[in-house]
Amino acid sequence: MVNDDKARRRFLEIQEVTKTFQIGADQVQALRAVNLNIDKGEFVCLIGASGCGKSTLLRIIAGFEKPSSGRISLYENAITGPGSDRGMVFQDYALFPWMTVRENISFGPRQKGLARKYIDEITAEYLNMVGLEKFADRYPLQLSGGMKQRVAIARVLANECELLLMDEPFGALDALTRESLQQELLEIWARTRVTVIFVTHSVEEAVLLSDRVVVMTAGPGRIEADVPIALARPREVSAIDFNQVRRDITQRLTSHVRHGSVRDLKAVA
Amino acid sequence: MSAIPAELNSAARLTGAADVTPAADPPASSTATSTESVLLAGAGGRKPWLPERVQAVLLAAAFPIALVVLWHYLVVVTGTKLVPTPYQVGVMMWDFSFGGIHDDAFSGSILTHLLASMQRVYGGFALAIVIGIPLGLMIGKVRVIRQMLDPTLSLLRPIPVTAWLPLSMIFFGLGPRSAVFLVFLGAFYPIVLNTIFGVRSVDPRLFEAASMLGCDGSRMFRQVVLPAAMPGIFNGLRLAHGFAWILIVVGEMTGVPTGLGSVIMDGRTLSRTDLVITGMIIIGIAGFLTDRIIVGINNRILRWSPQHHG
Ligand SMILES: Nc1ncnc2c1ncn2[C@@H]1O[C@H](COP(=O)(O)OP(=O)(O)OP(=O)(O)O)[C@@H](O)[C@H]1O
Ligand SMILES: [Mg+2]
Repeated sequence: MVNDDKARRRFLEIQEVTKTFQIGADQVQALRAVNLNIDKGEFVCLIGASGCGKSTLLRIIAGFEKPSSGRISLYENAITGPGSDRGMVFQDYALFPWMTVRENISFGPRQKGLARKYIDEITAEYLNMVGLEKFADRYPLQLSGGMKQRVAIARVLANECELLLMDEPFGALDALTRESLQQELLEIWARTRVTVIFVTHSVEEAVLLSDRVVVMTAGPGRIEADVPIALARPREVSAIDFNQVRRDITQRLTSHVRHGSVRDLKAVA
Repeated sequence: MSAIPAELNSAARLTGAADVTPAADPPASSTATSTESVLLAGAGGRKPWLPERVQAVLLAAAFPIALVVLWHYLVVVTGTKLVPTPYQVGVMMWDFSFGGIHDDAFSGSILTHLLASMQRVYGGFALAIVIGIPLGLMIGKVRVIRQMLDPTLSLLRPIPVTAWLPLSMIFFGLGPRSAVFLVFLGAFYPIVLNTIFGVRSVDPRLFEAASMLGCDGSRMFRQVVLPAAMPGIFNGLRLAHGFAWILIVVGEMTGVPTGLGSVIMDGRTLSRTDLVITGMIIIGIAGFLTDRIIVGINNRILRWSPQHHG
């Protein structure tokens, strides 16, 4: 019943969202008139220069920040605060350091007051999905960065979130670990069909992962381009068509960076 | 991997011990301190020739033993009658514990006094924990409560707890309740302030993570704010426990018939310095042992963070 109802509703809608931060007497406009619709099951990458408001947009979707104006809704219900239907994966993991891997993953299910047996089943399932059964009783401080990020992903998935928000989740990891986590994330995405919004600075990562690349620009932050990636999966980084798409997006990124600097020069003059 | 925390541990145990034991001994002259630290540095630089644990105990014991020796010679050389020798204090300690030597009012009375003091110390300490930790968590986490209470706390904090003595005697009369109140006050501030600090130094993302996973209200306090603030809270507990023993002596010096503070006060009145020093040493030992217990609980609760092991 509920699911039928959900199927008819639009998934994530962001309309004319602005965000202005007040710092003492100064105002910083982080987002200006952002419009973005995302369908259920899509994998969307947000990319753009530092400071263009990617994290701010993600935090507004998560409900950690309120937009200064504009509307944002999930299944046509306005987002008013954090909720278990959206899960954020932070760049610095934000695991509960006093809980073991197992306890971190079972945190969401435990909040729902499910039966113990059911909680254990879910926890085991997601421990297995991210391949951390052997480390279930370790504390986060005893794990490598890649393992911590796996726990963070399992923690929000175990909570059965429908929208996975990832803010440069692999930015702090070495290239090898990043590659294997990218593959794992794609497998998880294919299996669970969770919707993903993924912030990255790497054009290659964006093209490798996403159905759509949303390019943002700074001063103040807005959406510059929304590029569908039609490449077949699994994708090969060294393929010719992959490189064409990558070059195209890099061009879009750098072209408005050049515009931006021209604008800055005018402002100075 | 496991060797490093063990090393850290024993180093911390050593400094912890050196921190507490001198309090029970007479003040050291500065020359003794510096020669002793040279000795310690020399021993630490060599390769361990004994099991690490034994070495740690030996190192920790060397300093107090040197102090006692120095004390003995200073008394003998100056020929003072005001300060007893360590041996005389040892005799007094034996008599205070088991009787059979002086056979006076203090012979064999250690348990009465120790238990009385412990009751008051742990009573006031427990009261400070029960009130201080929840209050600190709320002040740290809830902005309105912080705005409401923080200024008042900051205003009351600079008042030395001993300045409350006259008022506390009016509120609670001359007696143990007044002592408990002082202990409570003395333990309360370090607990509240360190709990607040503990909450404030938690990465705010942890609270965001908890709320996106469906945790809120009182569950947030129990499951996230409290455990996250534990390192700060334990700092506060250790400080507060030290203050509690300081204040019990002040509290018991105001006409309470039992307790180690009253023993010290009686010793002063009767000019029995051996009794005074005996009382001091027993307080030192009791405080030291309780601190070890707190550190043990700390290490268990904070087992996830070797950095916070005491
Ligand atoms: N809490 C805040 N208070 C004040 N200003 C903020 C706050 N958060 C973000 N900003 C400002 O908003 C703008 C956008 O910041 P945001 O962190 O969203 O950028 P970003 O695109 O995520 O950058 P990066 O790629 O470096 O992570 C910046 O100018 C930043 O200074
Ligand atoms: Mg960011």
